[in-house]
Amino acid sequence: MAGNREFLNRRLHSLLGVIPVSLFLVQHLVVNSFATRGEESFNAASHFMESLPFRYFLEIFIIFLPLLFHAIYGLYIAFTAKNNVSRYGFFRNWMFMLQRVSGVITLIFVAWHVWETRLAAAFGAEVNFQMMANILDNPFMLVFYIVGVISAVFHLANGLWSFAVSWGITISPRSQQISTYVTMVIFVALSIIGLRAIFAFV
Amino acid sequence: MAEQKTVRFIISRQDSPDSAPYQEEFELPYRPNMNVISALMEIRRNPVTAQGKKTTPISWDMNCLEEVCGACSMIINGKPRQSCSAIIDQLEQPVRLEPMRTFPVIRDLQVDRSRMFDSLKKVKAWIPIDGTYDLGPGPRMPETKRQWAYELSKCMTCGVCLEACPNVNSKSDFIGPQPLSQVRLFNAHPTGAMNKAERLETIMGDGGLANCGNSQNCVQSCPKGIPLTTSIAALNRDTAIQSFKNFFGSDQI
Repeated sequence: MAGNREFLNRRLHSLLGVIPVSLFLVQHLVVNSFATRGEESFNAASHFMESLPFRYFLEIFIIFLPLLFHAIYGLYIAFTAKNNVSRYGFFRNWMFMLQRVSGVITLIFVAWHVWETRLAAAFGAEVNFQMMANILDNPFMLVFYIVGVISAVFHLANGLWSFAVSWGITISPRSQQISTYVTMVIFVALSIIGLRAIFAFV
Repeated sequence: MAEQKTVRFIISRQDSPDSAPYQEEFELPYRPNMNVISALMEIRRNPVTAQGKKTTPISWDMNCLEEVCGACSMIINGKPRQSCSAIIDQLEQPVRLEPMRTFPVIRDLQVDRSRMFDSLKKVKAWIPIDGTYDLGPGPRMPETKRQWAYELSKCMTCGVCLEACPNVNSKSDFIGPQPLSQVRLFNAHPTGAMNKAERLETIMGDGGLANCGNSQNCVQSCPKGIPLTTSIAALNRDTAIQSFKNFFGSDQI
């Protein structure tokens, strides 16, 4: 079994990226979208989410541990690559590099975001519309959030493409081509959802 | 008499596996239908740089001279390819030659490609037919499948795909696309399929298939147009099934 460690880790990395990390991100962006319906609506939604039964269990096993594994193993993957887009400027090679760059940016963003909201909540702050409005009041933070959300969403969409290849779902070049289109539509759609929510706080 | 047309070369040189590389410039009289190898042969006849300095002949590998052996691969104007089929008329000048540094450089443009041959041994890229008695004829292969498999068998172990792959480097032990596609070829053969699980188990080990990051540079760079990424995706499916068999099933095959 020891010889299989890398195969197992890679497949687990790919699987956890989709289930549950992607699903959580989509859910998070959808809940954020309550902000477009006004302050009260957002506060009600965020209160509902934080008062879910088994909250700590859900947070640890659906969000924190899978995300931690995906992030740490992902950093290892990103730093064992030797990017060469200047010599091989093919579309997929660019996506390969962007997947690694967006992953690292997303990790930095998520770490900061968790510190600023979830850990702040653990130390007694209240997570509500006003908190986000205060954070995004700072133009630097606004740019940081926009970059962070777009990286996360790109990493998700392109990650779905490589998930389909890594598990042998899309084998033929044609199916991989179509899944490129589908995942890029997902990228655009989720970017719009994410950015609308951000601008609702500004 | 009109001034003679010349061809300029900038060649990366290295005296021994551990010494630092340096560049030398050469200028040769143009001849019609010249290729990179005939130019290197010309330099070998008279090893004098463009500056008039006497130097050593350049070391490089070659064999078939018709792009089927893979030995003469090098980086020509930034792209890994075979120097026998690199026609001077189609190249921008000065022509820049470098060794494929993904492999250990022996000297100048000559590299040690033995890691690929070791990989072929590791994945058992052959069909075992030897026995202590005559095993009789094997199962037949449909003609359409044979034609399809022929495309995969065009691999000449040139190393271009490994050179192009961002995940084949000194920080990773990824075996690269070349032996992986051979696993698919030999697993597709009706007799070779008898050792299918064994080959899959090998590429599921460390440094194996899972290290592919889908940059797809290999399929874009392969001089033989082998569908390397299709092979890798197909093996991703086969190994997924194999891993389920290993974990949930009880058969060892």
